[in-house]
This record gives sequence, structure tokens and C-alpha cells, in this order.
Amino acid sequence: MSSIAIDSHLHKAIRFYQASIGKKAVMAVTGVVLFGYLVGHLAGNMQVYLGAEQMDKYAAFLHSMPLLLWSVRALLVASVVLHITASLQLQKLKLDARPAGYVKKEAVDSSLASRSMIWSGLMIAAFVIYHILDLTTGAAGAVQFRELRAYENLVYSFRRVPVSGFYILGMVLLGMHLYHGLWSIFQTVGFSHPRYTPVIKRLAAWVAILMAAGFISIPIAVWTGLVGSNL
Amino acid sequence: MRLTLHVWRQKSASDPGRMIQYEARNVNPDMSFLEMLDVVNEELTVKGEDPIAFDSDCREGICGMCGFVINGVAHGPRRGTTVCQLHMRKFKDGDVLYLEPWRARAFPVIKDLVVDRGAFDRVIAAGGYISVPAGSAPDGNAIQVPKQNADLAMDAAACIGCGACVAACPNASASLFTAAKITHLGVLPQGQPERADRAMRMVAQAAAEGFGSCTNIGECEAVCPKEIKLEVIARMNRDFIKAAWTNRGTSSATGGAG
Ligand code: FES
Repeated sequence: MSSIAIDSHLHKAIRFYQASIGKKAVMAVTGVVLFGYLVGHLAGNMQVYLGAEQMDKYAAFLHSMPLLLWSVRALLVASVVLHITASLQLQKLKLDARPAGYVKKEAVDSSLASRSMIWSGLMIAAFVIYHILDLTTGAAGAVQFRELRAYENLVYSFRRVPVSGFYILGMVLLGMHLYHGLWSIFQTVGFSHPRYTPVIKRLAAWVAILMAAGFISIPIAVWTGLVGSNL
Repeated sequence: MRLTLHVWRQKSASDPGRMIQYEARNVNPDMSFLEMLDVVNEELTVKGEDPIAFDSDCREGICGMCGFVINGVAHGPRRGTTVCQLHMRKFKDGDVLYLEPWRARAFPVIKDLVVDRGAFDRVIAAGGYISVPAGSAPDGNAIQVPKQNADLAMDAAACIGCGACVAACPNASASLFTAAKITHLGVLPQGQPERADRAMRMVAQAAAEGFGSCTNIGECEAVCPKEIKLEVIARMNRDFIKAAWTNRGTSSATGGAG
């Protein structure tokens, strides 16, 4: 008789998550989901340069498939919850692991992005909450907020300087978070190679910079009148 | 040369400890850092004060016994070097240096700059071994190892277990150490039988000792006197993830002799 008792999948999953490497793997996978969403979101946003009609058509198009829209939203919310929960648990581990700190501590060879992930992440979370209230539900939006008038809402919102400022700050932090997050995905799931890892890091930096620049270009376009001058 | 030292002094594990300032006069640039401290300690002893406690043994960078933080950097400013191999010519006359012990919950301070690294021994005991048949010695080249695996194993085996990786890590994680051991045995044919269990057990032991979790920051690699690469941590992650999902758990689940 075989003496092998095979663990149930649930038992395995729980034990896996209990290990910090398991939590990191969950962060990596949910990070991929959230990154995928950002790419789609940026692609959608870039249509602002094609004019109000195209932008609003796109918004209506997304809302024309409620089942898909809400499935994606559910997946995103689940990913965000898992990503943040794991990160807070890892942060607690960090605080517990060094109760007495150094009088002097120097960072020799690490990026600011890597050392500030928890802070950039929390700021991004705060930004996302505001962003949804501002441009999705309109609760914190400009006075003129009208549902599904994506183009107008965006222009009126970004004409408020503090809102644009907060947005730009959020996107700079997002860029930093993306840089460390993107290459970390590979390291965390176990892919590291002296030939490919430097390439992955460079690509991660470029993707992060381009995506942040893409998002930041929108409030700047509103200020300079490139977008929304007819409103 | 002449240096100002701010040294962490702590009488015992229960003493709160504090930084105390000392002047190091007549420092010869050819001295190693530990020889410089020996001279300071001689003066302290003559004055009837308690000398500064620090660990050392081989003093040639191979045993892993020495190590403390100099101005916020584990093992001091020179890359790939233990403090025993760090020479005073690396410093300038009039430099002010802060000396602190490794800081981690899993490395409690015993005295001054000496910490208890027993946690590392327990991580090794959890899985840093291979099973070999007793009896006559096997043929030298009976088991063939590809050159690149031999090199990888040797690079990982260079880890001397000094603890600088933990000291430098903002998470106080022992990932570089644990991963070096897992890689060292995991890329060799002799290490295969226990490979999955090794990853599971050593990772679990490191967590149980209270070390933090890796967030891919890379400070460990930068201060490692043996220049162990972050790549070993990816290998550990891979072994662990694979083992966590595919290992059938012969020993733990049945409670047998294993
Ligand atoms: S005393 Fe042996 S490595 Fe420094």
C-alpha cells in the first residue's frame, strides 16, 4: 500500500499562501492582472487625442457589455484586495523582523523604487479611490459631471490644478511602482538569468516610463488646450 | 591616522545598549579593521575599561565569523570584503565611523558587536544536507556534473554564513543565505533526492526564526563578501513554488519515520 497521503488542493493553497514566497507569488500574479488592466486603460485613454466623439463612443462601447464589464471589475477588485492584503502582511513581517533599527543605514545598491513599494502602492491605492469617485461615479467630480460623457468629465476635472497635480504625482509613483514590480514578477516566480535579467530590468524601466508619460500627457494636454479647447 | 569611532556598547542581551564615542589614535593604514579595534581595545584594557566585543576567527575572509555594520554598510565600504579583510587605507585621517551590530530579531545581540547567529545553523539543519550511502567511497567521476552547474554550485557554496545579507536587507530577510544553500545543493545531482523537501523545510525554518521576506531590493547582493547573486533567490523561489504544489508530502502527511 502506498504510504503517500496527498494533500487537498485547498490545504496546499493555504500552506502555500502562509509562506512569504507564496504571498509574493500572489502579488506577482495579481500584479500581472493589474498591469494588464493598466495597459488597456492607457490604450482607452489615448483616444482622448482622437476627440470627444471617439472617447465617448469608447465609454459607451464598454458599457454596452455589462456582464463583461462587471466581470472585469470583479476580477480587478479581487486582484487589488489580494495584492494589498499580501503587501500589508509582508510589511508586518518586515517590521517584526527588525525591532531595533540602525543609527546609521546606507543604501548601497538598491533603487528608491524598490525601497518605497509599500508607500508608492498605498499612494496609488488612495489615488485610485479618488480617481473612481472623480471620473467613474462622479461623486468627487467636477460640478459638471455627467455619466458616460467621458471626454467632458475628464477635461473639466483636469482643469482643476490640484486634481491634475494629484494625478501627476500618482502617475510618477505608479511609474516607480511598475518598474520594480514588473521585473520583480520574474524574480519572484523564479526566473533569473545573467543574460536575460538585465534586459528585463531595462524593459521594465522603459515600460514604466512610457506608461507614466502616457497618462501624464493627458492633464498636460488639457492645460495646453490640445485637448478640450472647444469646451 | 586618527579616527573617531561611535561604537554600539551593550553589556548583555538584556542591556538596552547605546553608542559610545572613542578616539582611535596612531592608526596604521596597513592594519585591518579588526587590528585597529585590537589596538583600541588594548588601550581600553590598560585604562581598566571593558574592551569592545566583536567576533572574528580566521581573519582571512573565509570563516564567516566576523562582521558588523560600518557607517550603515555591512562589512564596510569595500565590495566583496569581510571586515577582517578591510584595511584602514580605505579610510581617511579624521573619518568618523559608526560601528553597529547586525540588526535583526533573529540575530539577538549578545554583547556590543557580537550577535547570536544560531538561527542560521537551524536553517542549515532543516535541509542543508544530502543523504549519502555509507560504505566504500564511490568512483570519483561516476556522477557527472555539467561544468556550468558545478560553477553555479561552487559560487553558491562560497557563502560563509556571516549574516551580512540579513543585516543589509531592509526586510531583515535571510533569503540570500537560505537560497545560496538551496542552490548549492539543488543544482548538483547529489542534491536531487531531498530537493523539494529542502526548499520547503529551509524556507519554513527561516520564517520560524523570524527573518523577514524578500522584496527583491538587492542590498544583500551588494554587501555580500562572497558576492552571491540575487539569482540564487529566484532559484529558491522556483524550487519552493514547485515543491509547494507538487510535493506529495511523504514525510509530514503520514507521520512516518521520515
Ligand atoms: S574572521 Fe573569518 S571571515 Fe572574517
